[in-house]
Amino acid sequence: MHSKTESLIGGFPDAVLNSQTVFRALMDCLAHPGSTGSVLPAIVPPAPLSIAAGAIMLTLCDHDTPVWLSPAMAQSDVSAWLSFHCGAPLTREKSDARFAFLDKGAALPPFGLFAAGTQDYPDRSTTLVIELDALDGGRALTLSGPGIRDVTQIAPLGLPDSFLHQWTGNRALFPRGIDVVLVAGRQIIGLPRTTKISGLEA
Amino acid sequence: MYVAVKGGETAIANAHRLLADRRRGDRTLPGLAIEQIIAQLGLAVDRVMAEASLYDRSLAALAVKQSRGDMIEAIFLLRAYRTTLPRFGSSVPIETGAMRVERRVSATYKDLPGGQLLGPTFDYTHRLLDPSLLDDGAIDAPATRDDAGEAVMRVSDILDGEGLIEPDGQMPQDHVPGDITREPMEFPMPRDLRLQALARGDEGFLLALGYSTQRGYGRTHPFVGEIRMGLVSVEFDVAELGFSVSLGEIRVTECQMVNQFKGSAKAPPQFTRGYGLVFGQSERKAMAMSLVDRALRTEEFGEDVVAPAQDEEFVISHCDNVQATGFVEHLKLPHYVDFQAELDLVRRMRAKHAEGRTAESDHQEAAE
Amino acid sequence: MSAAFAHDSNTHDPRKRVIDLLARCSRDELEAAMVTLEQIPSYLRLRGPETGLVIVKGRIGGGGSPFNLGETTVSRAAIHLEDGRVGHGFRLGTDRRAAELSAVFDALWQAETERSFVEQTLLLPAERKQALETDALARETAATKVDFFTMVRGED
Repeated sequence: MHSKTESLIGGFPDAVLNSQTVFRALMDCLAHPGSTGSVLPAIVPPAPLSIAAGAIMLTLCDHDTPVWLSPAMAQSDVSAWLSFHCGAPLTREKSDARFAFLDKGAALPPFGLFAAGTQDYPDRSTTLVIELDALDGGRALTLSGPGIRDVTQIAPLGLPDSFLHQWTGNRALFPRGIDVVLVAGRQIIGLPRTTKISGLEA
Repeated sequence: MYVAVKGGETAIANAHRLLADRRRGDRTLPGLAIEQIIAQLGLAVDRVMAEASLYDRSLAALAVKQSRGDMIEAIFLLRAYRTTLPRFGSSVPIETGAMRVERRVSATYKDLPGGQLLGPTFDYTHRLLDPSLLDDGAIDAPATRDDAGEAVMRVSDILDGEGLIEPDGQMPQDHVPGDITREPMEFPMPRDLRLQALARGDEGFLLALGYSTQRGYGRTHPFVGEIRMGLVSVEFDVAELGFSVSLGEIRVTECQMVNQFKGSAKAPPQFTRGYGLVFGQSERKAMAMSLVDRALRTEEFGEDVVAPAQDEEFVISHCDNVQATGFVEHLKLPHYVDFQAELDLVRRMRAKHAEGRTAESDHQEAAE
Repeated sequence: MSAAFAHDSNTHDPRKRVIDLLARCSRDELEAAMVTLEQIPSYLRLRGPETGLVIVKGRIGGGGSPFNLGETTVSRAAIHLEDGRVGHGFRLGTDRRAAELSAVFDALWQAETERSFVEQTLLLPAERKQALETDALARETAATKVDFFTMVRGED
């Protein structure tokens, strides 16, 4: 059905080593929120998926992880690419998704629509991978919490204004809640649900 | 209580080296080839595949060799191996009705379409040791007979025509088959999950439970409706192709146990069924599984749970021999600190006990 | 969750037969066929070759609702030839090389020029072998069929 070669090429050249490298980078970013990590493997994901988001998809998504794609992604070759390389089922229900991928400029759905896990299994939640214009040059945000000595700052460019408000609501659910990974090009920043984020006073 | 202790590295390395030596044994004898194990110890290989819940004859044979023939160790090895592999997806349900049958017998119907096909069975052997096997003598090729080409009809379909037997088990419409390798077990457990657990359950444990129902601990009046063993194709849906492909064939054994049921307010008297399906040629296991499956449906039929085989949590929680051996065998690992604490406790209790006795005798002496 | 296909319509795609039969060719047969090709085709890997698991489903009672029986090892590969033809190979077991070779032959089969080579060298022999094995098994099993007969009783 999807025999278009474009949707099949561009996976990890070396699936085992590449996915280990990306996993390590992502783990470090989530352990040290606010730090910027890079994805190195030479992959060619179909537009509008960036290299970083594509690498995260190849590394973390599989047959057992339903994936939600933003409307622009769902209509692109991304869905066939996801199916071919990861075998992950697509879901339209955000609350069923273990991972959600949003292209640059996609409307940010209310976090409450995604799976927040349960009190017994808070891990059964959605991880959002949000593509931005850049991970610097934007409005400064102050981060604190586990994995951060005192405070740190990030300035992602293109984060919707509603993000901070939604994040506060997400924090209130702890230990339930979603986790977020911001990506731009090859770069990633991890924002686990434990991180406090506030806008920097002007 | 666990305390990290160092030491024993050399002892462990040498123990493993000794194990390798003992496994190989007499070097003047030829070593076992994996192909020999597959070909000549096929039922051992089948048992390892069934209880490891992983169908791969070569890997199972390797596990048998590595474990020196210790079945549960081999099963453990294969279970551990499967956790290293990604899952590509799930198959289309196999069609046992379309099996290339190697054996098929029924204890309920003498003349049934397809006939009684004995296949390669131990039944009707005299269980006398055969000294001719001491020599590697020539073995006759199998006898052959023109196959009438008659379809080997499922026995459950024969009785079903009269409405005397309950149909194949149906879960609710929107039910997604559960997977005990992905979700923690919860009780009560739907039948599909129970069957998955039983299919990988220990043959000996299920055999004993099945036997217990026959001896009166949860009687179910069973008859073997049908046992069939043979090859089925494994079909796998491939999204990028838009059709399913056949990955190859696997050998399975299926048992349809037919049981009496006196009926209830809702259902007229009819035969109920227990189902067994096992990787490989594993007839005893398939039969035991079908007996236990039926026993575990006690509540579904409004019968009283009075026997161990009917107790879902008891049966399912204890049927996995990898879990069981892990917990039983962990007792041999160092519990030095634990035991020291116990020792201390017993000493203190004894001291108190002795004090009490002294006080008591003092008291008695004083009274006298 | 996974897409369900109408399985009775499967047979309409001739490639199902190709991929199914290639799964039954041994690695030696595939290697030998590759050597006899005039030119070893150059190809790029799209996915794999890799070994993983497929969970085998059974049906409750043989024909009822599906349940998960256990897993099987599966090796698969997807490649594309320089002209863009994409080939898929799947098989039970851990032989990744055989899966990759199957994928190459599946891709080759898709062009008229190479189809007859694949048919003659691999597919038709595999079909013949499969038919012989099926027949032999059926005949051996049939020889163990019980022919009941009733003893004549002396009552008259």
